[in-house]
Amino acid sequence: MKTAPFKTRVLTANRLSDGVSVWLGASGEWVLSIRDAFLARHDEAVSAIEAAGAQALADNRVVDVNVIEVEETPTGPRPYRLRERIRAEGPSIDYAPVASARVSQAA
Amino acid sequence: MYRYDEFDHAFVAQRVSQFSDQVARRLKGEISEDAFKPLRLMNGVYLQLHAYMLRVAVPYGTLNSRQMHKLAHIARTYDRGYGHFTTRQNIQYNWPALKDMPAILEELAEVEMHAIQTSGNCIRNVTADHFAGAAADEVADPRPYAEILRQWSSVHPEFSFLPRKFKIAVTASERDRAAIQVHDIGLQLKKDGEGRLGFAVWIGGGQGRTPILAKKVNDFLPEADLLSYVTAIMRVYNLHGRRDNKYKARIKILVHETGVEKLSAEIEAEWMHLKDGELTLPEADIAAINAYFAPPALGARAEGWGELAAWKKSDPDFASWVGRNVAPHRHPDYGMVTISLKPIGGIPGDASADQMDAVARLAVEFGHDEIRVTHEQNLVLPHVALADLEPLYRALVAEGLATANAGLITDIIACPGLDYCALANARSIPVAQEISKRFGDAARQAEIGDLKIKISGCINACGHHHVGHIGILGVEKKGAELYQISLGGSGDENASIGQITGRGFEPDQVTDAIETIVDTYLALRTGAEETFIACYRRIGADPFKAALYGGEAQAA
Repeated sequence: MKTAPFKTRVLTANRLSDGVSVWLGASGEWVLSIRDAFLARHDEAVSAIEAAGAQALADNRVVDVNVIEVEETPTGPRPYRLRERIRAEGPSIDYAPVASARVSQAA
Repeated sequence: MYRYDEFDHAFVAQRVSQFSDQVARRLKGEISEDAFKPLRLMNGVYLQLHAYMLRVAVPYGTLNSRQMHKLAHIARTYDRGYGHFTTRQNIQYNWPALKDMPAILEELAEVEMHAIQTSGNCIRNVTADHFAGAAADEVADPRPYAEILRQWSSVHPEFSFLPRKFKIAVTASERDRAAIQVHDIGLQLKKDGEGRLGFAVWIGGGQGRTPILAKKVNDFLPEADLLSYVTAIMRVYNLHGRRDNKYKARIKILVHETGVEKLSAEIEAEWMHLKDGELTLPEADIAAINAYFAPPALGARAEGWGELAAWKKSDPDFASWVGRNVAPHRHPDYGMVTISLKPIGGIPGDASADQMDAVARLAVEFGHDEIRVTHEQNLVLPHVALADLEPLYRALVAEGLATANAGLITDIIACPGLDYCALANARSIPVAQEISKRFGDAARQAEIGDLKIKISGCINACGHHHVGHIGILGVEKKGAELYQISLGGSGDENASIGQITGRGFEPDQVTDAIETIVDTYLALRTGAEETFIACYRRIGADPFKAALYGGEAQAA
């Protein structure tokens, strides 16, 4: 039986204090850009990030913890789901002008 | 407008204090997310895609300038400089930090505002006709009754854990501007043959995944019986409403599954226990609440008639703004001004902090300090002298708030959609923006005439797509956005649920599809006097389907 090719995963959540989208980085810290996310490329790594997520939730550092699938591209990991791409890049619209600086920084 | 009494002040202050303590304990890790989530939701705090969201109640959509300045201040200080006015006449902030919530709620309490019951399975903000207290066609101001319902329903112990959320809307005109037939309870204030006030009562309307129009259960409920009768409805719903399936828990499903006659009989039987009891509204209490809503003293300003005619003649842009955005006031020297939050290509319902401040200032200068939020995501100054329209217009132009499109094709309702909302499956705002740009030309919009487009990014239907003349629903199909179009919906006194045209459209095809629909209408209408909805009702869906899909319509 043919098994589906493994899809790289990253761990994402929202920071407890301000709700901002974060991803688990390679150093075990939560980072503000998906480009700095730790890429789980095999099952053991996925188990490890899942455990890290459960711990961070229990430690009340983050909420809404999820493992998501990403495509590895030259410009960094790109989530397959639009919802996760919008979380990573910010709203797809040009909203209030004061916001643009902060968003481009985060993305 | 209503002013808090000592009880209200103490109650809101106590809630702010409780929630501040809960937030502090959450941030210290003393409360888990599972325990905290229902507490934050009771105070209007949601978690969205990018941040928390705070939904602030604007009771029956009425604000004064001090409150609007405060909303601007909050947008500037704790958010990213803007806010989003919603289809429930509320305002949402998209980026507040949890740690700032206590400070925000304290600031809101200073101006008699809060976020209580803007979430959860309770009675939500009672909405009302945005022209209440000013419209030429109303029998009385419906807001005192909305305020009575607000006071009665605030942390009502019996109705704080209903099967599902519960929305009440009140209007006082034959012409329904509050969409009462798509609410859990819709109330139309009216007079009987002897001039006494009472209500036509509708129940079981709603949108979401199962759109159903409300059924009338009482043609004339005397005003004194308002709370006893509504309590009877709530009791029957609370007892029999389904709790096994969240998608079947609204009262509309109970009405549908039980049948309106049987349910009316149950409500009537329950009411017999309550009628003429302690819930009967004393005349003095009704009068006391009414006094809060006493209309401003509107002096004669007859000079406005001549001036207005002259200004319109000299400035066609001003004339078209007056034509679209100013509606007749009960006082002939005044008008009701809609401030469009739908600039061409803009985000429906969004206002910057500077714009909010400007509206507040203009409300003081020209509008007797009254502001309304409409369920169509615009603002209203309900009492403006015709003689003040020209300077008001100039000031609005300077703030980017003078788009002359009230009720036109670019006056689009759109939910926040997948750009912000954790529930959404597809984006709404970019779809609205593209349609707005395509039809932005003033002459083209004027030619098309009255046409309501409403867009939701998921089946929950916050964007009211079921009652859009043209409704657009975003769904996710195979990981991509797809948009279903429906036609023939309406949220007014001739309410109807739109019918899906056929297969959905990809994001880059939606605006073309809307254009096809509009062109079909323009080609088939009897004349400019036949509106889109009237034309649709006359000719049906087939010509539109044929234009959209050609021979493949049936395949969908």
